[in-house]
Amino acid sequence: MLHTFVAYVEDLPGVLTRVASLFRRLNININSLTVGRSERPGQSRLTLVCEASAEAGHRIRASLFKLENVVDVDDIAQAPSVTRELALIKVAASPKNRAQIFDLVEVFRARIVDLTSESLMIEMTGVESKIEGLIEVLREDDGRILEICRSGKMTMRRGHHVSSVLKAMGAVDEAPGNAVPVAVGDVAANEPE
Amino acid sequence: MGTKESTQASNAHLTTPTRLTGAEILWATLVGEGVTDVFGYPGGAILPAYDALRKFPIHHVLVRHEQGAAHMADGYARASGKVGVAIATSGPGATNLVTGIATAMLDSIPMVCITGNVPSKVLGTDAFQEVDITGITLPVTKHNFLVSKTEELAGALRQAFQIAQSGRPGPVLVDITKDAQQGTAIFDFEAAKPQPYRPHPMLRVEEAGLLHAAELIRNAKQPVILAGHGVMESGAMEQVRTLAERAQIPVALTLLGLGGFPASHPLNLGMMGMHGEAWVNHAIQEADLLIACGMRFDDRVTGNLATYATKAKKIHIEVDPAEVNKNVKVDVALVGDLRAVLEDLLPRIPGRDGSAWLKTIDASKGAVAVRDIKNLPDSGHLYAAHVVHDLWRATGGNAVVATDVGQHQMWEAQYFHHDQPRSLVTSGGLGTMGFALPAAIGAKIACPEKEVWVIAGDGGFQMTAAELSTIVQEKIKINIAIINNGYLGMVRQWQEFFYERNYAASGMVSPDFVKLADAHGIPGLTVRTRAEVDDAVQQARKADGPFLLNFMVEKEDSVYPMIPAGNSLHEMIRRPGKNPLVESPED
Repeated sequence: MLHTFVAYVEDLPGVLTRVASLFRRLNININSLTVGRSERPGQSRLTLVCEASAEAGHRIRASLFKLENVVDVDDIAQAPSVTRELALIKVAASPKNRAQIFDLVEVFRARIVDLTSESLMIEMTGVESKIEGLIEVLREDDGRILEICRSGKMTMRRGHHVSSVLKAMGAVDEAPGNAVPVAVGDVAANEPE
Repeated sequence: MGTKESTQASNAHLTTPTRLTGAEILWATLVGEGVTDVFGYPGGAILPAYDALRKFPIHHVLVRHEQGAAHMADGYARASGKVGVAIATSGPGATNLVTGIATAMLDSIPMVCITGNVPSKVLGTDAFQEVDITGITLPVTKHNFLVSKTEELAGALRQAFQIAQSGRPGPVLVDITKDAQQGTAIFDFEAAKPQPYRPHPMLRVEEAGLLHAAELIRNAKQPVILAGHGVMESGAMEQVRTLAERAQIPVALTLLGLGGFPASHPLNLGMMGMHGEAWVNHAIQEADLLIACGMRFDDRVTGNLATYATKAKKIHIEVDPAEVNKNVKVDVALVGDLRAVLEDLLPRIPGRDGSAWLKTIDASKGAVAVRDIKNLPDSGHLYAAHVVHDLWRATGGNAVVATDVGQHQMWEAQYFHHDQPRSLVTSGGLGTMGFALPAAIGAKIACPEKEVWVIAGDGGFQMTAAELSTIVQEKIKINIAIINNGYLGMVRQWQEFFYERNYAASGMVSPDFVKLADAHGIPGLTVRTRAEVDDAVQQARKADGPFLLNFMVEKEDSVYPMIPAGNSLHEMIRRPGKNPLVESPED
């Protein structure tokens, strides 16, 4: 099954290697990995997606926690969450056929962020399937796609979710009424626009 | 060792912040952490540190190969429970440590390794003797540090000591660039103290789990305690013993668990697994409850997982959450420090009558005992099992024994009965040949009052035999027993059983070990018959300095019983009823 781990790690040299090395050692391919600054000073947040057996989730999470630079790990699994991916797609487009691409971009609610006489660049944010959909349509014309750059998935739990680790660290106040995340119907639990 | 000048002054650094060089900070921090002995080998990138060594009250043991330094630090830690410290230079010095670090990692040994590295401005340029040792050791250390700033050194070292000893212990490496050793910084030992250790967030010992475990123990008819290395790491010897005695539960031990529960205790079954005695493994297969204490269901212990203890409910008390349900699915997981968990659990365990189950196990020993090697007729030939048995008797079982890996290691585990924790120093997880001699040196330095024996095969001994010089230079008393069968014995045994006796590259020519010892100024004897064993052992024990015994044992003897890798625990190869041993022409 597809596992999605969200981890806070110390923002130090070599930390990404330690995380990646754990998956290498388990012979697990990382489908996608995004890392960036987080709301916590000195800590980066990463979203890592990989394919592994259902039982492996517990052990991977436990093993991630064993890395000294890993502060917090959440195994999103089937929990209600929002996942997004960013893609930049450069396509060949002459003044003649631009209009057709503009239409496509409109349909997919993407944006044109760069335009030259021979090409244009599309920026698109969304769930994986939506980005795949745009790429597929663009591919209908051979040779049109010049470059694709995708960020990989970023995931965040829905609702007011605070990890037990954060609580233990006293990093957050546990105010009354901070309930477990609630999925508002199927649409919310899955991937809305 | 040199004179210990300004020892007082160096200790004053611990209380008063002082400007020191990185090299001085290194030693001052070690002193502050309670280190008294280190094992190392100097070289270019660590020379600033060595230059400052004489100012500090630390005894440095000069090894003959850095692998030896790592094994000595490891043996030191295993024998004493303290953190072992190894030190080496950059490049080859650092890579030579790697086998020893991996050995400590697999067996959860607290160890700090210090390496020098090239100056920070040439890091990553393939400078002379530069190697990416933090990259190389990343998968075989619990954590490692690359320190290139003098002011960060004390903090990194103190954190290294904390990490090495906390939770599930393990080796930590601190790589220090040459300029970080040469630069100066204000040394403030107190300020460099790390944050309190963060326990693994997935540790979980819940009331419900304790209640469930207690209920399973109360209701079990055929329970067995499986005790591992964690018993010693957690210091839970007493608690395990109380549990066993109160609930009358027999105890089976892993190789690294030996000594954690006294061998002479009536509830001790002995070692489990691949070379465990038949009744131990049968008891596990027949059990209706396994209480696993600080062990990780290693493949050498379980054999085929599909057929492992299928009738048993399983309670797993373990400090590392990543070990729970890894190999064996358990019914109750109590994830925490073994000693603390048992202290919580014990008040819920009432007395229990286990006599019927104990009688059943006892009855299953009968047929096996007559085929035991100790009961084979004395044909005038020497069996390794006899040597180990006689050595155990002669030392009253009070010695610390360091072994290598292979047949002699299994015979040691079977026939040397360890009553005391930390009295067996052996490489279990990694199975490192060449471990015994340096590990014994480390053990002796840690416990100078103890009688220390090396038991090694002729193959493994030659891997680190250079450390004989270290023994002489350190003027320490270690007795060495070489179990010499002219083969890489366990390899030969596998070839006999599983490769149609194709003894490819397992026959080995060795030097005359007694002459080799003599060249080092160490006296020795070759022993060829059982009748000579006792006298030889006593002569070694009485000698003032180190002594080497070269036991010429049966060449093609095998360790029985044996469960072939991947077989079920009850599918074992037994010692054949008739003596099948091939007589060697030399005998």
